Amino acid sequence: MSAATVAAPGKPQRPGADEGRIGLRAHLRHTSALVRRNAMQIKNDPESMFDALLMPIVFTLLFVYVFGGAMGGSLGGDRSAYVNYIIPGLLAMGGLNIAMSVGSGVNDDFNKGVMDRFRTMPIARSSVLTAKMLVESGRMLVSTVILLVLAFLIGFDLKTGPLELLAAVALALLFGSSLTWIFMLLGLTMKTPQAVQGVGFMVLMPLQFGSSIFAPPTTMPGWMEAFTKVNPLSNLADAARALMNGQGAVAQPVLITLAWTAGITLVFAPLAVAKFRKKT
Amino acid sequence: MTRKTTSNGAGNAVEVRGLVKHFGEVKAVDGVDLDVREGTVLGVLGPNGAGKTTLVRCLSTLLVPDAGTATVAGFDVVRQPRALRRTIGLTGQYASVDEKLSGRENLYMIGRLLDLSRKDARARADELLERFSLTEAAGRAAAKYSGGMRRRLDLAASMIGRPAVLYLDEPTTGLDPRTRNEVWDEVRSMVRDGATVLLTTQYMEEAEQLAHELTVIDRGRVIAEGEVDELKTKVGGRTLQIRPAQAAELDRMVGAIAQAGLDGIAGATADHEDGVVNVPIVSDEQLSAVVGMLGERGFTISGINTHLPSLDEVFLAITGQKTSEAADGGPQDGPRDQQDVQDKQYEEVPA
Repeated sequence: MSAATVAAPGKPQRPGADEGRIGLRAHLRHTSALVRRNAMQIKNDPESMFDALLMPIVFTLLFVYVFGGAMGGSLGGDRSAYVNYIIPGLLAMGGLNIAMSVGSGVNDDFNKGVMDRFRTMPIARSSVLTAKMLVESGRMLVSTVILLVLAFLIGFDLKTGPLELLAAVALALLFGSSLTWIFMLLGLTMKTPQAVQGVGFMVLMPLQFGSSIFAPPTTMPGWMEAFTKVNPLSNLADAARALMNGQGAVAQPVLITLAWTAGITLVFAPLAVAKFRKKT
Repeated sequence: MTRKTTSNGAGNAVEVRGLVKHFGEVKAVDGVDLDVREGTVLGVLGPNGAGKTTLVRCLSTLLVPDAGTATVAGFDVVRQPRALRRTIGLTGQYASVDEKLSGRENLYMIGRLLDLSRKDARARADELLERFSLTEAAGRAAAKYSGGMRRRLDLAASMIGRPAVLYLDEPTTGLDPRTRNEVWDEVRSMVRDGATVLLTTQYMEEAEQLAHELTVIDRGRVIAEGEVDELKTKVGGRTLQIRPAQAAELDRMVGAIAQAGLDGIAGATADHEDGVVNVPIVSDEQLSAVVGMLGERGFTISGINTHLPSLDEVFLAITGQKTSEAADGGPQDGPRDQQDVQDKQYEEVPA
């Protein structure tokens, strides 16, 4: 900190950077520094990983051992038949649960004022949100791995191969990370983290239960069955089920899920970034 | 590149002309003009809700002004926000650090975001931790820092990019006197190193300690400006308090001061409740003269003290009325921290 460096307002910048345009390489550097920030936050506050670690365990154990016996019977088998039914469903659901926590996280950041510092710095504003999305996808991956390890421990029977399993995981992660943009927009719009969670749950519950995740829609009344058909979570669960159990059409649910993923990202990512830019 | 400097060393680092920012009915900033000369500290003094924070947020690209112009290091806040962000540092009530990260991690992250290499970012973080006496606490989460340490970390964070212009938005609000002094020392040393500083404060004393020039604002408007000494004279300087060894001597002392006819000394009063004599003074010479005279006349003094005019007294002297807060009544008349909350809410209204 010599006097000269501080005194000279015209500290030399990289040539061509004086208009402040942020190039692709700088963009990547900013994003990686912010990914590191989010990862450090988790390291310093391991409790924040509890949802990702415990949710798959709690849901799997509850549904398999509470409803499994009854449900297995109606599926034409026993509890193990329900294991093979519910695990691909929970794989599809995991992303939504994790994505919801992004909303309150982003909101919290704003209330703490650290965002003000970021927004007075010469960084690409989208990198703040992109980093968040990447870290959440990492949390989804951890959660998914735990789900699958537990699934195999309690007797999940993979009817296809590891490639199909990987495809199902990748599809669920892609879809889940697209959902983070919706919750980021929500987090940037609402006033408190609690409000974000409240609204999140209101959207979450009908989407999760009004789907093919927990029970076959053919057993539901017509109007409910119709709702599950347009619910993207049903498509994702059906796709994961087809990929892991080797039954039913694969291409159609996969393509529909990919279309939802692309659509959600294309609509909500720019909206979230725009909201972030304008937020005062 | 050259536009970043304002050509010569004596130029203005910050120029604000006719700046306006309203939030609905609230005229937070209502036509402010001000200049900050390069290498100096401008104190922006005003009560809560005067528009200080809104002003700083406009000048740091967090808010887009409704009208007027502002340039910082030659860059326009509206047309060249990205270039402008390369030249500023902000330490504010609201611009803060990441509480979940340690001090070192915070500074490293900011260094990386400012395009330092990994090695440089690490070195710069260590250098600033050392300088702001945070080396020992470097590995602890910022959430566990004391108020003074937090503020020092904030300052360090805004120094990483060696900004040409620093905004300090009420840097010592809520700090105890000792930590406040620590922060002042840091600001002084930054100024010695050549930083240009725009400092907002509610405290006359802080402005007196740190600022070369002062702009006093109230209800979004500039109501006085000038060098600190000019304004002080306008306000009437300090009050000298003398405590006689025996309270019975209070009135005799007042009489002696009046009789002595010392240059510029008038209006000494006895405060029987506190057991002191209050004498308005404008210079250290007057202080010595009064105390010396009393000594010569055989008074025994058990204590002397001087105090600066409060912000309310400054306002009273400049405008002939109380601060808008104190004078308005109605919803603005709430306690100070409630005012703070209101202020923050206005800031949150989307542009």
